[in-house]
Amino acid sequence: MLIINNLKASIGGKSILKGITLEVKPGEIHAIMGPNGSGKSTLAAVLAGREFVEVTEGSVTYLGKNLLDMSPEDRAKEGIFLGFQYPIEIPGVSMVNFMKTAVNEHRKHNGLDPLSASDFLKLMRDKKELVEIDSKLANRSVNEGFSGGEKKKNEIFQMAMLEPKLAILDETDSGLDIDALRVVANGVNKLKRPDNSFIVITHYQRLLDYIVPDVVHVLYDGRIVKTAGRELALELEEKGYDWIKKEVENNVLS
Amino acid sequence: MVIHSIMEKDQDKILSDVTSGEYKYGFYSDIEMERIPKGLSEEVVRIISAKKNEPEWLLDFRLKAYKHWLTMKMPAWPNLRIPEINYNEIIFYAAPKARPVLNSIDDIDPELRKTFDKLGIPLNEQKHLAGVAVDAVIDSVSVKTTFKETLAEMGIIFCSFSDAVKEYPELVRRYMGSVVPYTDNFFASLNSAVFSDGSFCYIPKGVRCPMELSTYFRINSANTGQFERTLLIADEESYVSYLEGCTAPTRDENQLHAAIVEIIAEKNAEVKYSTVQNWYPGNKEGLGGIFNFVTKRGMCKGENSKISWTQIETGSAITWKYPSCILRGDNSTGEFYSVAVTNNYQQADTGTKMIHIGKNTKSTIVSKGISAGHGQNSYRGLVKVLKNASNARNFSQCDSLLLGDKCGAHTFPYLEVDNQTAIVEHEATTSKIGEDQIFYCNQRGISTEDAIGLIVNGYAREVINKLPMEFAVEAQKLLQISLEGSVG
Ligand SMILES: Nc1ncnc2c1ncn2[C@@H]1O[C@H](COP(=O)(O)OP(=O)(O)OP(=O)(O)O)[C@@H](O)[C@H]1O
Ligand SMILES: [Mg+2]
Repeated sequence: MLIINNLKASIGGKSILKGITLEVKPGEIHAIMGPNGSGKSTLAAVLAGREFVEVTEGSVTYLGKNLLDMSPEDRAKEGIFLGFQYPIEIPGVSMVNFMKTAVNEHRKHNGLDPLSASDFLKLMRDKKELVEIDSKLANRSVNEGFSGGEKKKNEIFQMAMLEPKLAILDETDSGLDIDALRVVANGVNKLKRPDNSFIVITHYQRLLDYIVPDVVHVLYDGRIVKTAGRELALELEEKGYDWIKKEVENNVLS
Repeated sequence: MVIHSIMEKDQDKILSDVTSGEYKYGFYSDIEMERIPKGLSEEVVRIISAKKNEPEWLLDFRLKAYKHWLTMKMPAWPNLRIPEINYNEIIFYAAPKARPVLNSIDDIDPELRKTFDKLGIPLNEQKHLAGVAVDAVIDSVSVKTTFKETLAEMGIIFCSFSDAVKEYPELVRRYMGSVVPYTDNFFASLNSAVFSDGSFCYIPKGVRCPMELSTYFRINSANTGQFERTLLIADEESYVSYLEGCTAPTRDENQLHAAIVEIIAEKNAEVKYSTVQNWYPGNKEGLGGIFNFVTKRGMCKGENSKISWTQIETGSAITWKYPSCILRGDNSTGEFYSVAVTNNYQQADTGTKMIHIGKNTKSTIVSKGISAGHGQNSYRGLVKVLKNASNARNFSQCDSLLLGDKCGAHTFPYLEVDNQTAIVEHEATTSKIGEDQIFYCNQRGISTEDAIGLIVNGYAREVINKLPMEFAVEAQKLLQISLEGSVG
C-alpha cells in the first residue's frame, strides 16, 4: 500500500524528518507515537502533499505510484485521507455542500456519475449514524464554531463518507471525552477492511485499547527509533520517552 | 424539485467550464456598422438626435446637458486611479447598419443573431428561457425586444428607449431626468447629452409583471462609448423584476461605458432590479477593459413602495457606481445587495446611497467585496436621514474578503442623521481565504479553483439568493471564473 524509503524533509530550511523508512501493507493498522515536536504531523503533511514541507531526499510509493509527484487533491481522490490534528474552519460553506463536492469529485475520479440529491442525503444520514455525529452539525458551516471534540468527530464522519484506502489520523483522539473516543474508534473499526490501512498518530495508549494496531512506531527527532507490537504502547505509557531517548543517545555514541 | 435538478446539472457544467477559464465573451462580431466620426461637440449631439428623429424637447434636453457637462470636471473623490480619458478619441454613436423594422426574428442580421446566441441570449422567443423577456442592445441601439406583444396584452410596455420616445413621448417626458437630473454628476451629464438607446419599461396600475424583464447590453465596436439609459416606471400596486447583463470584446484599449438607470415606484409598487455586470475586465497585466461609470437611482415615490437593487459586479477595469434609493413615500423600503469582485488590476468604488425622506422608511445594505490579485475594492455608502423622516431604520453590513496579500479592501461609510428617532446600524468584517482552508479542501479531493468557488459562493450567498433563480447559477459560475488563477 505505502512504502516510505529514507524520507527526509525540511520546513523553511530546517530539517525535520531525517530519514524515515516505513511500509504499510493492506489491512494493517500502524500506530505512530513520539514526543511533541518529533515530526509526526510533518510526516502526515508530507503524505498529504502540503507544500511548505520540502522533501529533500527519499521516496514514497503509494499503490505502486510515486506519491510525491501527485497533487494533494489527486492523492485524496486516490484514497488518502488525513484526519487533521487541527481541523480547519470554513465559514459560509455548509458541510452538505462541502461533502457533496468532495464525494462527487471522488466519484468523477472513479468514472462514476455524481450522486443524486436524494442518494447523497441518504449517504449523509447513514454515515452520520455510523459515527454518531449530531445531525445538526452536518447542517452548519464546515467546522465553524464546532467544539474541539466535535471537530474531531467531524473528521471521522468525513472519513466515513469518503471511504479512503489509507487513512492517516493525526491525534484524532486528543481532546475527546470517553464516549467520543469510543465513537472515533468505532468509526475506524467499522471502516476497517482487508484492503485498507490506517496510520494512527496518538499520544495515548487508551486509543489503542479500542483500535488494535498491528505495529507501533516511535518517532523521535525525525527518525523512527523503535518499532514493535502493541505492547510497546503500554511500555511507553508506563515509562515515558526518557528510556527511548537514552537508548537513542547510546546508539549514537556506540 | 425540477428546478433543483436543473441547478445541479448547471453546477456540474460550472465545474467543467471552469477548467477552460479566461474571459469567455471576448470575441468580436463582424457586423456592418454605421459610425459617426469620433469626438464630442454640439454638432455631434445634434447628429445623434437627428439620426434618431427625435422631437425638439429631447434635443433641448441633450443640448442643456451638453452645455452643463462642459462646465464640469471628472470627480476626483473616488478611491480609483483613472487614466485621463480623451473624449475626442471616442465614437459616440455606432449602430448595426441598415436596421430594418424587426417584425420577426428572421429580419435580424444573422451575424448579430449569432452574436447573441454565442452569449447564450437567443433572440428567438421559443428558444429562450421560459419566463424571461429580453431587450438586446448592441453598441448604441436596441436590436430586438422579445415578448413585446405578450406583455402588451397586460398593458406592460417593454421596448427600446428610442421606440418609447416615439410611441410614448408623454411618459418619457414626464419621468426622464426626474430621478437623475442632467446636472447630477459628470457622467450623468455626459450620458444625458449623448445617450443613444436603452430600455424603457412601464408597468401599469395593479399589474404584476408575469415574467422577468431583462436587458442585455453588448459593446461590440472598437473605440466607441456605450451610453444607454434605462427608465423603469412601476405604477401604483404593480410589481416587476428586471435584470441587466453586460459583456464586451477583449481589447487592449479601454472603452467607456456611462449609463443611467432611473426607477420610479409609485404607491405600493415594488421593483427588483438585478445586474450581472461582466464587461471585459482587462487582461492579467491590467491592459484594456471597460471603464464602467454608471448612475443608478430609484425613487420610492409613493407610500409603501419598495426598490431593491441586487448587483453582481465581476467585470470592468474600473467600476464607479452607487445604485441608490430616495425613500420619499412614507413606509417605503430601499435595499442594496452587492457582490463586487476585483481581480488582477481591476478597481471598484461602489456602494449605495439611502436617502430617508418619508416617515417609517427602511433601508438595508449588504455589500460583499472580494479582492484578489492586485485588485482594489472600495465600498462607499451614504445613509442620510432627513429631519422629517421619523422612525427611519437602516441596517448596513459591509464585508470584505481578501485572496492573497497584494489586493486591497476599503470601506467609506457616511452617515448623516438629522432625526433623533432614527435607528442606524453598521457592521463590517474583513476576512481572508487562508491557505489552510484551501489545503483542507484539497485534502478532501477538491481542487483549488473549486475550493475558492465554494468559499466565495458561500460568502456571497446572501446576495446571490436575491437574484432571480434563472440567473443565480450564472452568477455563481461568473464569480468562480472571475477569480480563477488568483491563488497559487
Ligand atoms: N509550519 C511550520 N513552520 C516552522 N516549523 C514547523 C512548522 N510545522 C512544524 N514545524 C516544526 O517541526 C517540528 C515537528 O513538528 P510536528 O508538528 O511534526 O510535531 P509533532 O510530532 O506532530 O508534535 P505534536 O505531538 O506536538 O503534535 C517542530 O519543531 C515544529 O516546530
Ligand atoms: Mg502533531
